[in-house]
Amino acid sequence: MSFAPVYLDWNATTPLDLNVREAMLPWLAAAEPARFGNASSRHEYGRQARAAIDEARARVAAAVGAHATEVIFTSGGSEANNLFLKGAAGCLKPGMVAVSAIEHPCVREPAKQLRRSAWLLEEIAVDAQGVVDAQDWRRVLNARPKLVSVMLANNETGVLQNVPALAAEARALGAWFHTDAVQALGKVEVDFRALGVNAMTLSAHKIGGPLGAGALVVDKRVELMPLIAGGGQERGLRSGTENVAAIVGFGVACERAVTRRTFEAARLTQLRGQIESGLALLGATVFSRAAQRLPNTVFFAFDNIDGETLVGKLDRAGFACASGSACSSAQPEPSHALLAMGVDPVVARGAVRVSLGRDTTADEVERFVATLSRVVEDLKKLASVAH
Amino acid sequence: MLKFPIYLDYSATTPVDPRVAAKMIPWLTEHFGNPASRSHAYGWEAEQAVEEAREQVAALVNADAKEIIWTSGATESNNLAIKGAAHFYQGKGKHVITVKTEHKAVLDTVRELEREGFEATYLDVQENGLIDLEVLKAAIRPDTILISVMFVNNEVGVVQPIAEIGELCREKGIIFHVDAAQATGKVDIDLEKLKVDLMSFSAHKTYGPKGVGALYVRRKPRVRLEAQMHGGGHERGLRSGTLATHQIVGMGEAFRLAREEMTEENARIRKLRDKLLNGLTDIEATFVNGDVEQRVPHNLNISFAYVEGESLIMAIKDIAVSSGSACTSASLEPSYVLRALGRNDELAHSSIRFSIGRFTTEEEVDFTIDLLHKKIGKLRELSPLWDMYKEGIDLDTVQWAAH
Repeated sequence: MSFAPVYLDWNATTPLDLNVREAMLPWLAAAEPARFGNASSRHEYGRQARAAIDEARARVAAAVGAHATEVIFTSGGSEANNLFLKGAAGCLKPGMVAVSAIEHPCVREPAKQLRRSAWLLEEIAVDAQGVVDAQDWRRVLNARPKLVSVMLANNETGVLQNVPALAAEARALGAWFHTDAVQALGKVEVDFRALGVNAMTLSAHKIGGPLGAGALVVDKRVELMPLIAGGGQERGLRSGTENVAAIVGFGVACERAVTRRTFEAARLTQLRGQIESGLALLGATVFSRAAQRLPNTVFFAFDNIDGETLVGKLDRAGFACASGSACSSAQPEPSHALLAMGVDPVVARGAVRVSLGRDTTADEVERFVATLSRVVEDLKKLASVAH
Repeated sequence: MLKFPIYLDYSATTPVDPRVAAKMIPWLTEHFGNPASRSHAYGWEAEQAVEEAREQVAALVNADAKEIIWTSGATESNNLAIKGAAHFYQGKGKHVITVKTEHKAVLDTVRELEREGFEATYLDVQENGLIDLEVLKAAIRPDTILISVMFVNNEVGVVQPIAEIGELCREKGIIFHVDAAQATGKVDIDLEKLKVDLMSFSAHKTYGPKGVGALYVRRKPRVRLEAQMHGGGHERGLRSGTLATHQIVGMGEAFRLAREEMTEENARIRKLRDKLLNGLTDIEATFVNGDVEQRVPHNLNISFAYVEGESLIMAIKDIAVSSGSACTSASLEPSYVLRALGRNDELAHSSIRFSIGRFTTEEEVDFTIDLLHKKIGKLRELSPLWDMYKEGIDLDTVQWAAH
């Protein structure tokens, strides 16, 4: 790129942390001493790889308050979500699986797939703020689901769920409870024991780590049928030659993200506040404003301004944002989460997501607000001329 | 300047070629966008890089880029191909054929199909490691829907008759899957000529990074699969999950280099292999495992009789190789591939797989020959079985006393 836009799409993916980069390069033959062994090989090259993986596993576990033996490395968050839902279902007689109405497609779709093996799928409704609706939650619990999955933080609205309470209630009735913590790690506190879940999903590239590595953190009581068969890696739960470079990067990224979390959360909350002040002046709707949210995320819309159009103008003006999650941006459909919150599809089409990160500066935010004002005023003028 | 241990285990994994690393790293650092982000340049340029790499992978095997699906590696590709095809076509039948010498990623997946109610036939191979086409023909049933045979065997390097098997499968309307993880950059692969429906690729066996692979899915005639990874609908719904741009760029570059350099490289490697072969078969009572002609030059699997396996591995610590034993959690088992070739347990345990590659030097080969001569010599001096053999006693006729 000849000029780099200011990156305000940190929920989609994040630039690599420098410490992560340093740790990874030897494993990609881009720094000396070059390391490359297959961790299953018995010679020194293999042993080095095995040691690096063990170290990374310990780091990930320590960062989230789990045991190293509870960490299963996967190729990413999507795979970990698939592994929990299909893997746990594969060891149970068919029953009910319940997922919230605002889950990411990589939880929704595997859950839907379970219907082909005689499972029933229930959706847990959310309220207008995007928080799990208490009444509907009771309804679903009464139906005694065997598997429940509710994401800790939503990628579009940033809304946080009261996972410890939900998990405790579901587990008391005999369900396995899983949470997709991919967006939460590094932004809010993520402690496996404190959350009281049976399983949770993590992803490296959301926390300054590389693409290509994720984990399912899962307690030993949950029996899982592996999705990928073969050489027996990850204690038979996930076969395939381990991607040492990515796993090493993931370990360092977890450590770094958790270390700077408190400071970053405060800093980003403040910066996000500046954006929301600007949005208020411009008359925007901020979704889930009244709910507990991730500190870095603001999902908003302007009346009569199409989200795709606004994002396009912002990109041309030097700011990279998103009009909904990357995974579904190929389809021009309004945000699934907003529809579940009861937002009018017409309003939802205006949605734009801005998500900040560790490199975001106060200056960038100031310039963004100024640019946003200008762009919105221009688009409003165009809209009024058109009517 | 020799670096110890000398790496002769290219079949286990290969170092990332520095040129591949140079191409990859910018996509890990500056150009970090999510390729599915449609709203900004970070995303668009990542998507473009992914599509360029797809073309490069397709070019090595003379396929269309649309036929290449990205996965996290050949193990996943094998799972997707076998489960995906079996589930999609199970209305036509539930019988699957594969070979006893396949990689575990194929064998364990087929076993999983059996647990689901499919029937499987695991073909024996001949002593040279090659399948007998007549045996394959005889195994085909009216309800056979899938046959999986690897191109190049990872343990003994033999090359199966993929072209002929493809003709047979096409004739019978059976889906043909080929695990080509060990084949790329070593043998010519032309998917316009070969009647293969599904083909698995690995990057880290061809000087690319770990964590990325691909699955070729034929479009003419159209092959369908049931997706195994669900979510955002990536890879036209066949494999959901955010694409790792830098890994994919690495695989593309690795395959591009393979296409450009394969002929020359194979010639160089063949020379080194011949030297190694002559130098080692020079030693008495050694046996090459796998057909001597139908093989890739990169692999040499040799059994050294009358030498105890574990002692052998310990004695040659200066070279990094792979032995005929596989570690399971509790025990040392003899390689099932060598057993399938007819080697008994002892001989299987005293086998070494030497696999050479792009960075192997003549000096390393010379050192290896010397080392083996020295160590085998010493170990046999200490071996009572060797003494008996030298005295002409046929060990198979000895009644061993139990203790």
